[in-house]
Amino acid sequence: MLQLNGLKKQYDTGEWALKGIDLEIPNGQVIALIGPSGAGKSTLIRCVNRLVKPTSGTIHLKGTELTSLSSGALRKARRKMGMIFQEYALVERLTVMENVLSGRLGYVGFWRSYLRKFPEKDVKEAFRLLDRVGLQNMADKRADELSGGQRQRVGICRALIQDPDLLLVDEPTASLDPKTSRQIMRLINELCEERGLTAIINIHDVFLAQMFSQRIVGLELGSVVYDGAPEGLTPEVLTKIYGEEDWTATIETVEDDDENFTP
Amino acid sequence: MNTSSQTASYPGSWQKPPFIENPLLRWGLIVGAAVYLTAALGTMEIDIDRVMEGLPRGKRFLDAFFPPNFADNRGVMWEGILESIWMAIISTVVGIALSVPIGLGAAKNLAPTWVYLACRSVIAGSRTFPEIILAIFAVKLFGFGPFAGFIALSLGTIGFFAKLLAEDIENISPVQAEAIRATGASWFQWINYAIQPQVMPRMIGLSVYRLDINFRESAVIGIVGGGGIGATLNTAFSRYEFDTAAAILIIIIAIVMTLEFCSGFLRKRVQ
Repeated sequence: MLQLNGLKKQYDTGEWALKGIDLEIPNGQVIALIGPSGAGKSTLIRCVNRLVKPTSGTIHLKGTELTSLSSGALRKARRKMGMIFQEYALVERLTVMENVLSGRLGYVGFWRSYLRKFPEKDVKEAFRLLDRVGLQNMADKRADELSGGQRQRVGICRALIQDPDLLLVDEPTASLDPKTSRQIMRLINELCEERGLTAIINIHDVFLAQMFSQRIVGLELGSVVYDGAPEGLTPEVLTKIYGEEDWTATIETVEDDDENFTP
Repeated sequence: MNTSSQTASYPGSWQKPPFIENPLLRWGLIVGAAVYLTAALGTMEIDIDRVMEGLPRGKRFLDAFFPPNFADNRGVMWEGILESIWMAIISTVVGIALSVPIGLGAAKNLAPTWVYLACRSVIAGSRTFPEIILAIFAVKLFGFGPFAGFIALSLGTIGFFAKLLAEDIENISPVQAEAIRATGASWFQWINYAIQPQVMPRMIGLSVYRLDINFRESAVIGIVGGGGIGATLNTAFSRYEFDTAAAILIIIIAIVMTLEFCSGFLRKRVQ
């Protein structure tokens, strides 16, 4: 279970990105974090794996308090948190296989990783995951040869090979077309279900959020303004999160109409 | 969306805002620069007569170069060239080996401030002195010969390579670095997986470029006693063996061009 208590973050510029977040996510739950740009979504998930250091508050993951960890303990804790990024964040000049195996860096020593001699079990798992996401035979390709959707699949493999307890997903579909977006979101969801993973998914797209998650948390100016079921996102709630707009076309009955989607 | 015919009320001309907004400052700088350049040019005495007098002398000098004499009568030419190549290679390798840790330390996004400042000072120190000054020091310390040249070129390489490495590291894509950090990688693994792949192609290109610079410099520092082809060239000049000097110059040009070609080819391959 992931538990945030009074989480605050103030940047050097003096601006408060998070103004006291309390959030409890039970094991195996997938939540969508929605909100306008600058609401603090990215900061929130980066506080969890400490790519950003929170100003105050606590974060507990399965009983471990994350905000006060020493750098060695932090590296151990990071192994159990997989992260998927908006622009895929693959190391472009490395091969697909190296990118996937980089998810094991926290588990192997320097020389093994330097010589690319990962344990047999890790290599097997990497091939299995690539196969699972539909990228068999791509292992030797360089990451920058792949399409956007393919890169994001590699990003997913890199996160999963860490064998994480928690998945932190930052705008996974922001650089993808609508069809690929749905495929990627479905894949992430299926994988979470297969492994019983807890996940926080930052996403702009309200429609996708409703389609793929059990719970929605709305963030605005660093505070939680909505926490509830996808069905509860009424025009009033969306106005509270994003501001005044015509929301009637955004909220649709949640159906899986992947192929007929017209943007 | 208003498409009615109100266009008359909009201005029809537009100009890019000037780079320096204050017109007084702007024109002051332009006029000041023009006045200074005219004055500077006026100060330099260009004596047409002296130039004309020098031309035939230059022609005699050039004539003495031809035909170049590759015969190498005293058997020192090839020795000097091999020594220069040896000096250039060793000093490039040693220089780069020393540059890598300094370059890592001089990258603002990797190192804490005090390491950053220390490494930047080393680089600045190395860059302050041209290779020829470093060579004069080295010759004073270690005596005549290629060892002094090797020391001078290695030190010169640090200022060049570490600075460019640090700047390249400062320009890497931060998300790729972030992604590797998020996996729980150690610092060295992070350098190896996130930083190295991003800077490697440019570093390979720069290494060959530096090899080429070190080879050319070895011709200059030989003149102050740093060994190599420069020493041979200097001797040839002082013995008025201009045909041998021409041969040496042609060989230097050929080697530099070969290196230039190799570095272009390598850079394309590793991109």
